[in-house]
Amino acid sequence: MIRDALLLQLGYNATLVAIGATLLGVAAGVTGTFLFLRKRALVSDAISHATLPGVCLAFIVMVALGGDGRNLVGLLLGSALSAWVGLLCLTWIVRNTRLAEDAAIGAVLSVFFGLGIVLLTVIQTMSSGRQAGLESFLLGATAGMLWADAMVIATGGALTLLLILLLRRPMTMVAFDPEYAAARGLPVTWIDLAMMGLVMAVTVVGLKIVGLILIVALLIIPAVTARFWTERSDRVVLLSGLLGGLSCYVGAALSASAPNLPTGPIIVLVSFGFFAVSLFLAPSRGVLAAVLRHFRFQRRVHLRQGLLALAQGQPIYERLTNRLLRRAGLVRPDGVATDKGRARAAKALRDERRWQVIRADQAYEAAAALYDGLRDIETVLTSDQIAEVDRTIGGPRGVPA
Amino acid sequence: MTVELAASHGRRPEVVVPENSPLTIRGLTVSYGHKPAVFSVDMTVMPGAMTAIIGPNGAGKSTLLKAALGIAKPLSGQVRVFGKPLDRQRARVAYVPQRASVDWDFPTRVIDVVVMGLYRQLGLLGRLRASHRARAMECLDRVGMTDFADRQIGQLSGGQQQRVFLARALAQDADLYLLDEPFAGVDAATEKAIIGVLKSLRAEGRTVVAVHHDLATVRDYFDNVFLINAAKVAEGPVDTTFTAENLQAAYGGRLATAQVDQLAQVLA
Repeated sequence: MIRDALLLQLGYNATLVAIGATLLGVAAGVTGTFLFLRKRALVSDAISHATLPGVCLAFIVMVALGGDGRNLVGLLLGSALSAWVGLLCLTWIVRNTRLAEDAAIGAVLSVFFGLGIVLLTVIQTMSSGRQAGLESFLLGATAGMLWADAMVIATGGALTLLLILLLRRPMTMVAFDPEYAAARGLPVTWIDLAMMGLVMAVTVVGLKIVGLILIVALLIIPAVTARFWTERSDRVVLLSGLLGGLSCYVGAALSASAPNLPTGPIIVLVSFGFFAVSLFLAPSRGVLAAVLRHFRFQRRVHLRQGLLALAQGQPIYERLTNRLLRRAGLVRPDGVATDKGRARAAKALRDERRWQVIRADQAYEAAAALYDGLRDIETVLTSDQIAEVDRTIGGPRGVPA
Repeated sequence: MTVELAASHGRRPEVVVPENSPLTIRGLTVSYGHKPAVFSVDMTVMPGAMTAIIGPNGAGKSTLLKAALGIAKPLSGQVRVFGKPLDRQRARVAYVPQRASVDWDFPTRVIDVVVMGLYRQLGLLGRLRASHRARAMECLDRVGMTDFADRQIGQLSGGQQQRVFLARALAQDADLYLLDEPFAGVDAATEKAIIGVLKSLRAEGRTVVAVHHDLATVRDYFDNVFLINAAKVAEGPVDTTFTAENLQAAYGGRLATAQVDQLAQVLA
């Protein structure tokens, strides 16, 4: 069943949802990265909650004008309008009051959401409101998705990506160093507003699939997941788009594979799965890597200290140090150094002296910055450079007989 | 000095822009809330020279620089860059902000930061070509950081971060360099590298203005000083303006005894 779902064999609606969700995921992942790099991820939560009053008002207006209240384009336009108002309120509060952004987010989010819920209740009591199904915008509902709905999502996603391609350089500059960007004459306020506008577009487009409560997850989780794997902002953006698309595709397929599995929440859980895997397994920023690095580092420190102690004929008291030296065949069980141990010890002492030389010499700055008391000097200097250093040191010293 | 200042308060200052001054400021006031950080300041920067902006903590040194760059919005006053409004001269001005102003865990490499200095050449969609990269490497070479080009910026020491910021400004190929505390908390090697670059910029006829905190090196590094404590205290060549009286006026009682002793030696 799941295999069928992943291969888009579950019928028209499921296929439509999977494709729409994937496009949304890519757009959300890419857009969310800039929000995350700008350290304003939570603003998206305020934006998404501020869409609700707009959805309701659009419905009321469309019904009052005698049209179909459930027209998706109309509802999305309404949501965009109220999200924009929410964003302007947020920006105004941060700029003109002493409230910090987090407090402003809390205020805007709750007030707009509260107003939306009130309007939702009003609509329930309207004669034509009973079948409106506007609650589905809270958590998304994909069951009745139409071809036209999918086209709206696809167009919105594609436009968003195009705009990001255009704005990626200024947005990255503003995210890294807003003052420098301002000094270069970049319109920082406008670039921030454009970024928020893109976030708003993704939010509005995503209402149908994941709903306004969970859309924030699609904007943030792929970006923080991608950050685990690379140190370059352009690659974080790409990877985040890929992860967002993949999460949405797999999530939509999974939810189609069994009855009563809600699409939005499943998508969020799938993307959390990628996050959890990255958190533990990512090569340099992951938790596991950090733990392993710590233990490996500790051992190398002990071994190095042990060798230096051997070289200088000092006694070794640390049990871990002794155990490591014995296991490496550098000392005999009675604590006396083997031939190999003596050779390694002499080398360690000499390397320490070499490091002293290169750390004192500005010409070797890049190499010296890698000094951690452990690194083999051969990994940072060429043999010519080592010979050069050795000339300043002179003959072997400090090697016990 | 004080008399001259008092006279300029209140009336709208005449904008007399010396023909070739890279940076002219007239009657500039910048305020956070209701407390002016910079109050009615006039400044005329001499071309092809190095000027130090000095004054006690919170005296508005950085704010003055930011207002000159259009980052901080002034309440009143005018800024002219090479005789024209700033917006038409952006390309001729380079800024080196304080190191602490950015998050060094940002996912970017040293070379990428320097390439940001080439923003005008790259534009919105321009591809990063080998010539751009070569130009960035050239700038890294000037600050002695070519070996670090591909490292993540978080791996750098404070001094190295400062040099990367300077390299980014060099990439702009500007005529006026404004630096905010370029020597704060850097190692001796970096200080030497930075002052070497600044002096070479001066030798090329460019103008350097730096917020500076170390009074002991003012004489060695700079041609002119600008003393500020919210209002301007004095402005002029180091030889005639960097005097004990002016420093006393700028710092009031805030100059630590150790600093005074140090200065007495330097000024003796």
